[in-house]
Formats: sequence, C-alpha cells, structure tokens
Amino acid sequence: MRRGSFSLDVDIKIPCRGVTAVLGASGCGKTTLLRAIAGLDQYPNGFLKVADMIWQEANHFIPPHQRPLGYIFQEASLFAHLNVRRNLEYGMKRVPKMERKVSLINAIELLGIGHLLERKPDTLSGGERQRVAIARALSVSPQLLLMDEPLAALDLNRKQEILPYLESLHRKLDIPVIYVSHSPDEVARLADHLVLLEAGRVIATGNIHGIFSRLDLPFTQGADAAAIIEATVAAHDDEYALTYLDFSGGRFTVTRQQLALGSKVRLRVAARDVSLTLVYQTNTSILNIFPTTVDEIKNVGPAQVVVRLLLGDGVCLLARITRKSVSILGLKPGKQVYAQAKSVALLC
Amino acid sequence: MFSEADLTALVITLKLAIITTLILLLLGTPLALWMARTRWRFKFLLEAVVALPLVLPPTVLGFYMLVALGPHGPVGGVMASLGGPPLAFTFTGLVIGSVIYSLPFVVQPLQNAFAAIGRRPLEVAATLRASPIDRFFTVTLPLARPGFFTAAVLGFAHTIGEFGVVLMIGGNIPGETQVVSIAIYDHVESLEYIHAHWLSGGLLLMSFLMLIAVYAFNRRFTVI
Repeated sequence: MRRGSFSLDVDIKIPCRGVTAVLGASGCGKTTLLRAIAGLDQYPNGFLKVADMIWQEANHFIPPHQRPLGYIFQEASLFAHLNVRRNLEYGMKRVPKMERKVSLINAIELLGIGHLLERKPDTLSGGERQRVAIARALSVSPQLLLMDEPLAALDLNRKQEILPYLESLHRKLDIPVIYVSHSPDEVARLADHLVLLEAGRVIATGNIHGIFSRLDLPFTQGADAAAIIEATVAAHDDEYALTYLDFSGGRFTVTRQQLALGSKVRLRVAARDVSLTLVYQTNTSILNIFPTTVDEIKNVGPAQVVVRLLLGDGVCLLARITRKSVSILGLKPGKQVYAQAKSVALLC
Repeated sequence: MFSEADLTALVITLKLAIITTLILLLLGTPLALWMARTRWRFKFLLEAVVALPLVLPPTVLGFYMLVALGPHGPVGGVMASLGGPPLAFTFTGLVIGSVIYSLPFVVQPLQNAFAAIGRRPLEVAATLRASPIDRFFTVTLPLARPGFFTAAVLGFAHTIGEFGVVLMIGGNIPGETQVVSIAIYDHVESLEYIHAHWLSGGLLLMSFLMLIAVYAFNRRFTVI
C-alpha cells in the first residue's frame, strides 16, 4: 500500500494467539499497518485474512464496524458525552448476545475500574481513561485486539499503572493481540512474537527470544541489549529470602518474590551484567552461573563485542564484554565457557 | 400597545423564523457535515458561496431573488409553467429568501461543531460495531449538540431581524408578507413612534434573551 511518498510493504503471517508486537521507530508505518488491519483506512490491492475469515481482498472489503476486533488508540478517546458505564456499554450493546464472551463485569474487574463507572471521562486521570478504553475494547468480545501504543501518551508512573493490567489481560484472556510499539522494553514484557518494521518494510519476524538475541538486529547493538528467558517458579528459600526460577538451561536464584510455585515468569538478563569465565568459579558472590557454549561473536564498537551463548534447548544469553577479553579467553564459536549473571530482572 | 396589524406582523415573523430554521437545520446538517469532512479541492468555493449572505447588502440578495423568483425569472418561470403558485410577493417566496439569507448562520456553527469532533470518536465508534448511520445519531449528533443549539438560535434570530430581502421579495402586504421589521419602518414613516417603540423594544428583548440562552447553554457544554 502506498500513500504519498510513503509506501508500506508488508507480507506476513502472524500467529493467531499470544501477543504479536510490531516494533519500529515512529514513522515506520506501524500505525498505518494497524489501521489497515482494522479497516479504518482502505487501501486497494490489500489482502487480509484473520483466522478463517477474509477481511479484505481484491473486490471485497469488510468495513471496520463489521470486523470482530477491538482497537485501543494511543489516546483513550472516550466518548465525552457518555459516562464510563455507558462508554463500556456502547460496544457491548452492538454485539449479538450469542457472541458475547467477555462480560462487562469481567472487563471492569480485569481493569480495576469498578469505582469509576458513574464518572464522566473528563474527571478521570490519563491512566484511568486508558484503562476504561481497554475495557471498552474488550467489551465487544473481540477475536483480535489491536493496540496502538496504548502507553505512549502516558508518563512513566501511569505506564507502570497500566502494564500489569496488560499483562494480566494477556494471561487471563485468550485473545490474540497485535501490539504496536516503539519501545523494546514494553515489548520485552508483553510480546511473544515480534515483527520489526523499518521504513515500511518488515526486517525481521519471529519469536521474541530469537529476535532479541539476533546479533544482526539493532537491539543487540546498544548498551541495553538483553536476553529474555521464560522460567517457572520452582521453590522459595525462606532462610535466605530467595526464590528459585527454573528454565530449560538451569536455575536462576533471585531475591524472594511473592509468586506462587509453578507460575510462569519472564526474565530479562542484560548483556552488560553477564561476564564470562573459562573455569567454574566457586569463590565468587555471584549465584547465577551457567555452563554455556559460545555461538556467535559480533563487534559493536571499537572496544566491545556482544557474545551469544547457548544454554541448551534453544535458550540464549547475551554477554557484552571487551574485545580484549575475547582474545585473552580465546573465545570463538563452539568454545565452552561459564556465564555469570550479576543481576536478573523479573518482567512479569 | 400592539395594534392588530402589529400582532399579525409578529405572528408572521415568528412563523417565518420557525419554518426557516427548521428547513435550514434539515438542509444545513448534511451540507455542514460534508463540508467538515470532505477533502475536496474546491471546497473553498462552496464555503465562499455559503458565506455570501454575510457580506452582500440584503437588498442586493433580495433584488436577485426577486428576479429569479418572479414570473419571468428562471425559478418563478419554471414554477409558473408547471402550474405552480407564484413565488414573488408570497409567504413561500419569503421562506425561500430567508433560507438563503440565513444559511451561513446555520451552516457555519454546524460545520465548526462537526470539525471540532474530528474523526477519532467516529473511528472509535466504528471499532465498537456502530454503522455509519448509528455513528451519526449516537456520536456526532450528541457531541455537536451545542453547535446545533447555536445554529438554531442564530438562524432564528437572524431571520427575525431581516429587512432588505423581505422588502424586496415579499413586498409589504399586511397579513401576508409584512413582518415586524417592516412594520416598524412603516410606523416610523408615519411618525407613530409609540408603536415603533413597542415593536422595537419587544424585538430587542427577544433577541437579547435568545443570545443569553446561547451563551449560557454553550458554557455548560464546553467541549472537552
């Protein structure tokens, strides 16, 4: 599709479950893509199929109000003439009873907005408004949820207020989400699948762990490069106030978390917090040490490199170290090293 | 106080203003909606045409309409050949003239109100399953309510106040086309200042009350 001198050329298949993030700098066509999926803008010659339903092809265009989707705009865009309750009911009333899967009570509870129902939108804070907007989009029981940078218009505190809701949405409702964002951090917390856009073109697509650890993409070049690892809460150690998190390559030790045994968590291990040793260190304060295999080394500056390490079963770690260390340790692909992670961040 | 002829003029004036306002709201809404949304290149031409009555002397407008509506004019001629009633110097002619004369006073507030709403609320409504007609009645109309109120009151008040157009195409037929503004003129011409005072004072009071209503109402409905 094309508008003026900007053209968007996207030919992708994305999974019909989980959260797919479309990531890219502003102006790369993320919103354009999302609006085309929603049918808010019509482009000739597009093809769009969602689940088993064709939403757009050569001579066929389903208008947005007939597409079973929910759309969350960057600004909450609540109807100013309706109170919160009637904003929420607006979409629900227009969905046949048979197709209602998300109840209003459910949506209200998920977003924690029960106390706001009789308020007018202009009396709400930015974060509250966005929560109402999310609940409103859910109230039409969408088969696909489209989110256009729902956090971008909010300050940091408001973001922290909304993120947990987005995460619980993801875990409690089985609705596929396409989430547009320019923030790798947000994406690291929420997404399962990733589409990278640059100037209207897809430069990479795949699962989030794979993409975040690909050394040829921009994420791994910067100082905040990090690996993302899925883990399960395995045990708590009350004596030392620690929690053990198991993943397919071993076990992480972190400070005690208020998490039920068996719950899934996502960990972020920054490349700059990972150091490498040739022998297993016993006389160290670091608890998280794993045997790994060097997979790939890439220069990211005159002095520094990023090393991708394999920890069995497709799990990767990244280490950002100096080029000098590489030659001292004699690192090359295939070499066995121990990775020591100084800190681990829990994302959810 | 009011003579019988004055009361008749008052009734005709109110009737004219009410009918004109209703017609203008019906015609003006789709026109304003289209003008607020279209990306048509030559929209400015239409905007200029709509705004013409704001700047033209009413007598000029009235003169052209008299020519057009007269039995030999393009509109009147067609009407006559179809066996329709004459338009010049009739109440119907007055209504047509008033609709054109007050058009910008209705279309411009509506157009501004629609433009102020923007596309976003309508897009939101579309993603919440509302069809275009549904969107108009449940989103556009309620959000533009202050604009409709302003348009109705301005259209009404402006029609009551017209003189030149009415005089040109309505003539001054008591009981048929004589409106208050012309009745006042007649009274002054005949040096009947008491009568002129009563009618003028009544009109002044009515206009003032309507404007107070507009401003009070629009303050309550400040758009967010």
